Amino acid sequence: MRRPLLALLTATLIGTGAAAIGGGSTALAEETASPERHWSFQGIFGTYDRAALARGFQVYKEICSACHSMNLMHYRNLQDIGFTADQVKEIAASVQVTDGPNDAGDMFERPGRPSDTFKPPFANENAARAANNGALPPDLSLIVKARPGGADHVFGILTGFTDPPAGMKIAQGMYYNKAFPGHQIAMPPPLSDGAVTYPDGTKATIDQMASDVANFLAWASELEERHFVGVKTVLFLIVLTVLLYGAKRKIWAAVH
Amino acid sequence: MTASATRPGFKNPIVRWIDHRLPVFSYMDHELNEYPTPKNLNYMWNFGSLAGFMLVAMITTGIILAMHYTPDATLAFNSVEHIMRDVNYGWLLRYIHMNGASMFFIVVYIHIFRGLYYGSYKAPRELLWLLGVLIYVLMMATAFMGYVLPWGQMSFWGATVITNLFSAIPVVGESVVTWLWGGFAVDNPTLNRFFSLHYLLPFIIVGVVILHIIALHRFGSNNPLGIDMKGKQDSIPFHPYYTVKDSFGLGVFLIFYACIVFFWPNLFGEPDNYIPANPLATPAEIVPEWYFLPFYAILRSIPNKLAGVIAMFGAIVLLALVPWLDRSPVKSARFRPVYRYFFWLLLGDCFLLGFCGAHPPEGWYVLASRLGALYYYLHFLVIFPLLALFERPLPLPRSISESVLKPGAMSGAVAPARALPMEKA
Repeated sequence: MRRPLLALLTATLIGTGAAAIGGGSTALAEETASPERHWSFQGIFGTYDRAALARGFQVYKEICSACHSMNLMHYRNLQDIGFTADQVKEIAASVQVTDGPNDAGDMFERPGRPSDTFKPPFANENAARAANNGALPPDLSLIVKARPGGADHVFGILTGFTDPPAGMKIAQGMYYNKAFPGHQIAMPPPLSDGAVTYPDGTKATIDQMASDVANFLAWASELEERHFVGVKTVLFLIVLTVLLYGAKRKIWAAVH
Repeated sequence: MTASATRPGFKNPIVRWIDHRLPVFSYMDHELNEYPTPKNLNYMWNFGSLAGFMLVAMITTGIILAMHYTPDATLAFNSVEHIMRDVNYGWLLRYIHMNGASMFFIVVYIHIFRGLYYGSYKAPRELLWLLGVLIYVLMMATAFMGYVLPWGQMSFWGATVITNLFSAIPVVGESVVTWLWGGFAVDNPTLNRFFSLHYLLPFIIVGVVILHIIALHRFGSNNPLGIDMKGKQDSIPFHPYYTVKDSFGLGVFLIFYACIVFFWPNLFGEPDNYIPANPLATPAEIVPEWYFLPFYAILRSIPNKLAGVIAMFGAIVLLALVPWLDRSPVKSARFRPVYRYFFWLLLGDCFLLGFCGAHPPEGWYVLASRLGALYYYLHFLVIFPLLALFERPLPLPRSISESVLKPGAMSGAVAPARALPMEKA
């Protein structure tokens, strides 16, 4: 079997070489690629940083939610990141939602409940576009899973507002962003130093807020801690497989 | 197949009573217990049972997912997210199912290339191979329609691109596409019928798999030496030898599968499919799932649409014709010193085509995918027939048991002792 192995190695080398040549043409994509950061939820043993999630929710609520909906999120989900049931009720009750029709056939307003989804800032897409110079602020529920680069991309956009390079014309109502594909984004720079006041005393720099909200959005796009149950499952499977290997050796011993 | 030949003495009186009237126990004993199997199968032979495992896993998770899914263009995307976010362990079911498709194709591709390396398609196993190719085609149809169901951007645009292939058919093409869509664009009727067919096809696959297994058990498995079993000394009963070996292989496979599901569940997916389908916004680049990429590269390597579509479907037809294109009497590539290199070349070619299929058709990708497609056709249509004429195969060992039990004795009798004993203990 040595020769086929050699051939496989050759094939792999050819493949790797091809990949290296192919790398050249992705230069265009790299222009907008956001720098890779370390996130606590990455890796096999990664977990979400609860304090960062709570701060990130605060940034979303006080800044992003002015334009961006999170239609897949329920207020009850917030209990998973450390808010108590009473706090969640209070957060939900801080908005008025339209419900109905009641027995008289009328729609009515009532305070939000934990089972409600996050109240969107605009009634519909047209209202959102009308208020935003024709641009539609995307829903953020799945944004980390829906963009190449994930949390890095979100952080890159939020911290990517700089002066445009000399000679570049920016269309009216657009802003230069080094991480956005095409570099012209309709969103004005949303963060400024001290834009929120964190109750835990963390200094609200742009980087800090961008990182916190990226953490929150990463959690919101999955909602689940898969890693812990994953580690348990894989450990179980490894033990099982070792036992099966032992059984296999024992049963086959007589044949060899 | 008949159970009457060897009727095992079951101890349990109820089993005996049933078996006398309905010989299912005899049948299972015959096909799964005593079923004689070559004693020299290596781990490449695990992938058939792994494919069977994946089929069952996909049907099981799929049936449960269908209980929570809504096949409606306005509700489908959110119903999948409802599964991911609200259904208990829905995320686990959905990630197992979604990545299960990739796992199924990984397993089946290894299974196919194992067959190509060891000549498992040669007489008397041509029908076994044909049924396998049929399963593969059904799998591709099922996987394609399943990918449409979440109704994300890539679902929608992938469905648009692939169904549009049929518009290349002369004269009736446009009508065929309208008929497939159930309208004048990919829309709610398309989603509904794809859901219906996605639920139906796996059970048709089960039917063809049963035929595949019946055809397999007619002559038994091929083996790494590619020579027939000549008697009891060459075979061992399927149980417990291969049940335990397959179980161990399944364990290794499940570790890999679980790592993907829990740690990198979106590795094989496209971020764009987490954006709801929008007929007004085309994604920057429409790429099919990885398991279609080699065919996609062949499709795009030809500038003419109809010719491209024919070349793509032709690539699958060639696979079905292999038993008649490869005329060499020797099965295993171990004894085919020239074919062996072309085998690895074909495998490398498929990787190259897959790589080209993942990138936009510009620059050197165009040339590479053309060369790749050309080699693919040359391999089947020219190299296979010519090798049968010009290749000098190595001498075959006299029997399986001889090469397994007395590897030392081989070197004297058979000049270059290529036929090593089983590599894996």
